Amino acid sequence: MEFEAVIGMEVHVELNSKSKVFCPCSTNFHAPANTNVCPVCLGMPGSLPVMNKDMVDKSVAVGLALNCTISRWSKMDRKNYFYPDLAKNYQISQYDLPLCYSGYMDVESDGHVRRVGITRAHMEEDTARNTHTIGNGESGVDFNRSGVPLLEIVTEPDIRSAQEAFDYLTQLKQILQYLNVSDCNMEEGSLRAEANISVRPKGSTPFGTKTEVKNVASFSGTMKAIDFEIKRQIQVIRDGGTIVQETRGWDADRGITFSQRMKESAHDYRYFPEPDLVPIVVDEAWELRIHEQQPELPNPRKHRFEADYGIPAYDAMVLTLTKSMADFFEATVAAGADAKKAANWIMGDLQALCSEAKRELGEEVLSPAHLAEMIRMIDAGEISGKIAKEVLAEMFASGKAPKTIVEEKGLVQISDSDALRESICQVLADNTPQVEQYKAGKERVIGFLVGQVMKATQGKANPQMVNELLKEELSKLS
Amino acid sequence: MTAWYEKTAHEIRDALRQGETTAVEITQNFLDRIDAVDKQVGAYLQIWNESALEQAVQIDARLANGEDVGPLAGVPMSLKDLFCTLRGNTTCASRMLANFESPYNATAVQRLEDAGAIFLGKVNLDEFAMGSSTENSAFQKTRNPWNLNCVPGGSSGGSAASVAADCCTFSLSSDTGGSIRQPASLCGCVGLKPTYGRVSRKGQVAFASSLDQIGPMCKDVEDAALVLNVICGKDPLDATTADLPVPNFSKALTGDVKGLRIGLPKEYFTESLNPEMRALIEQAIDVLKGQGAEFMEVSLPHTDYAVAVYYIICTAEASANLARFDGVRYGFRHPDAKNIQELYVKSKSEGFGPEVQRRIMLGTYVLSSGYYDAYYLKAQKVRSLIKQDFDRAFEQCDVILTPTSPTQAFQFGAKTDPLEMYLSDIYTISTNLAALPGISLPCGLTKDKLPAGLQLIGKPFDEAAILRTAHCYEQNRGFDMGKAPIA
Amino acid sequence: MSKITKEDVIYVASLAQLELDEAAQERLVHEMGDVINYMDKLNALDTDQVEPMMHALRMTNVLREDVVGESLSREAALKNAPKHDDEYFIVPKILENDNA
Ligand SMILES: [Mg+2]
Ligand SMILES: [Zn+2]
Repeated sequence: MEFEAVIGMEVHVELNSKSKVFCPCSTNFHAPANTNVCPVCLGMPGSLPVMNKDMVDKSVAVGLALNCTISRWSKMDRKNYFYPDLAKNYQISQYDLPLCYSGYMDVESDGHVRRVGITRAHMEEDTARNTHTIGNGESGVDFNRSGVPLLEIVTEPDIRSAQEAFDYLTQLKQILQYLNVSDCNMEEGSLRAEANISVRPKGSTPFGTKTEVKNVASFSGTMKAIDFEIKRQIQVIRDGGTIVQETRGWDADRGITFSQRMKESAHDYRYFPEPDLVPIVVDEAWELRIHEQQPELPNPRKHRFEADYGIPAYDAMVLTLTKSMADFFEATVAAGADAKKAANWIMGDLQALCSEAKRELGEEVLSPAHLAEMIRMIDAGEISGKIAKEVLAEMFASGKAPKTIVEEKGLVQISDSDALRESICQVLADNTPQVEQYKAGKERVIGFLVGQVMKATQGKANPQMVNELLKEELSKLS
Repeated sequence: MTAWYEKTAHEIRDALRQGETTAVEITQNFLDRIDAVDKQVGAYLQIWNESALEQAVQIDARLANGEDVGPLAGVPMSLKDLFCTLRGNTTCASRMLANFESPYNATAVQRLEDAGAIFLGKVNLDEFAMGSSTENSAFQKTRNPWNLNCVPGGSSGGSAASVAADCCTFSLSSDTGGSIRQPASLCGCVGLKPTYGRVSRKGQVAFASSLDQIGPMCKDVEDAALVLNVICGKDPLDATTADLPVPNFSKALTGDVKGLRIGLPKEYFTESLNPEMRALIEQAIDVLKGQGAEFMEVSLPHTDYAVAVYYIICTAEASANLARFDGVRYGFRHPDAKNIQELYVKSKSEGFGPEVQRRIMLGTYVLSSGYYDAYYLKAQKVRSLIKQDFDRAFEQCDVILTPTSPTQAFQFGAKTDPLEMYLSDIYTISTNLAALPGISLPCGLTKDKLPAGLQLIGKPFDEAAILRTAHCYEQNRGFDMGKAPIA
Repeated sequence: MSKITKEDVIYVASLAQLELDEAAQERLVHEMGDVINYMDKLNALDTDQVEPMMHALRMTNVLREDVVGESLSREAALKNAPKHDDEYFIVPKILENDNA
């Protein structure tokens, strides 16, 4: 029997608001432990939450980007459970009236498009962090992260493979980055994914029993964990066993999922409306305002790049991977550069420089106008492509204009035929064996001679002119 | 020497401004009074002798400088130990918080301090405000100054007793289902529960968040208005405070109730109302009639369901509000806990008294899987019906008049059955459920020489109407309540 | 007849993280049973068409601007903790799968 996997994802995204969701503490939880805390995020007696408007704005932006309906009327609820990282022993979250619901995302995966339904995206607060390094059989708790705004995005069970899950996560992250609502840093936990997985015989409609895989530190880890879990479930069924509904952890070292047994009462969350907060009404005007501020999203932008700039699909895909790169590309073209040439420089040398320096491409790194100017200088024969690489590196490092760099470093291309002829004559005089070979019909030697001229001019010679003049001088000798 | 401790806040304010005395003299006078009688009454959990006198010294210095010292300058008062204070401990009369020191002041406490009030200390209550007799305090018994064998009521028994025993001019209290009005009634004080949203709850340790409201317990209606002026108004730190203009409540005390329509809900005046209470209430009605108020019967048909609704909602909210007391960040931690589970379980089980545990259990039950719709959701729906009852009644009348408590103060240990105790809140809880303002004021003594109270309920945010009515009655009732027989 | 069984009491106590001895369990079966039986009087009302009153006031959108304000000093934050070191609140070791 052939099986297919049925996967739903739950992603927790930390939003990049400056202050926490219910108190004015900074959201920088890398500060020294327990310094960005106050009575509210410590759950002290008598403290009351007051909601951060920025959290609602950003959540609506995500909801719209995921084609969700935005609730005109929603409310916050208390989710009750005990854990030392939970300051009040309840989490303020949303239960039956999430801010965003019934959306979808078209996920491109392996050449096909999978429409993944978005069940809901709801607002909640992040928890504190437990450190397990205290020793003595004890743990320490740091509440800096307690109350950081968190958006939980839940999909329908529409995903059918680990690869699709990976592509969903990657493309979701891309959208979140475009919206600039989260730094999406997985290592730091600002993006946390959980998967609900079941398998069923291909072609059947009822769902199998699902397991939930948690605590995976990277997208690729998530993909591996899902892959393992699908195979494990199929094997259990093939062996005549049954799947137990449970939460499973991921052991990255051993590459396996393992059961995390929980008490029956662990899921009785006793949700009820949060009496300390009043309902949230996002009216049409508010929604429209967010809609109007919305940037063009990666998918439509990619298609527009192909159409407007006539660049290949692959280039458009790469250039729209991040908003900063796509913006940079468009600014470079707007400054007069040829689109394909701009694309090549950005995707090639500039990307390499960025990843080497571990910097995001953006105007603060390099001016798009400077890149456009550099491309124009190549086209005009003022610098060679080879010198351009050097110029670009310097532009990247110092932010100086290409013209300034070329002047300061004396990199102007020698297109003066008299000067070039002088160098050429010298090279020919110094390399008589090669000249003889050329005369004897070995035309390939010309490459060597061009190289010598370039070397003599420290690469500044216009290569095309060198070629022509060299042939001229050689013909004089024969 | 004048017995300043017998005076009201407005009398003390006036005496200070006219230079008749000093804040230090007044404060010392109160501290001496507490020293003399509180051993019998047991109202105070903490007495802040030193800081009270320091505050008084500062008020005197500012008065001498001709500075504007605020409407309560030099007025010594007590705080229910449910409000977070930078001074002293904030215990909620619970073992759980016996040593807790709050890092901030409650908004209402801060506003009182800014208005020049002098804090004499913190007074007893039922643990976490859960109770109607103050017998649930983990620390001490508070006695009714009118009869030391009787309870002062609850949960603000310490507040009521401290006011009735002249151990403060007024007390800052809280009311979730009658915790200001019922003890005020049992101790012969004026107790005002403002409209939900009128006073910031920031820094009030939460019992039931959708019902809790802070208000004053005073010696007369004028003081209630004076204190409300100071503590009320929008607080950006409490999302449930109303952003409404705040009237000067003192100006509402015109003495005029001519043409005022007062509703008498027939569901409150049934056979079950004790005849002696009924007689005292009827005398009060006659006083107000004599002043030109018009009385009419109104109906609050869902009254009989209020206790059930109330105890579902308040226990549910309490079960979440009290979950934070787990021995991790503050409060009692059981020394024997070997793992995190034991830390929670042992700390809570030892830190909380039986009534608190009972309410946590009830609240957890009504929210738990399978019971939410039958109890919690149902209760919220009936809460709507109760609110609608009041909306309809207030189409006919301006103010509603009822008894405050079905009985006078009862003896210690008289009510051991939880349900029986819960049912004693019958006249006060609807006001909280409907988020309305209510005031209790004394309307005479029973033949046992114990105070009786009447309650006035107003439209949302119309504290002015109940204060005006209460004031008019107080000025015209034609008898003096006298003082609690304690010295 | 009580609606509350001993099993109910034990389950609810585990949700509430309370430890009850035999006697307390028995007592609560009766006390909770009495109260819950009393609460069942609400069943007499037809509330199908009634909106629940979820909040005490009819206010919406009470929101704050995203501005960073003052936090507590670490000393003040840790001051009331039954156990802490220079940086952290200290609790007995937490196992990952305690997490809910
Ligand atoms: Mg969540
Ligand atoms: Zn905070």
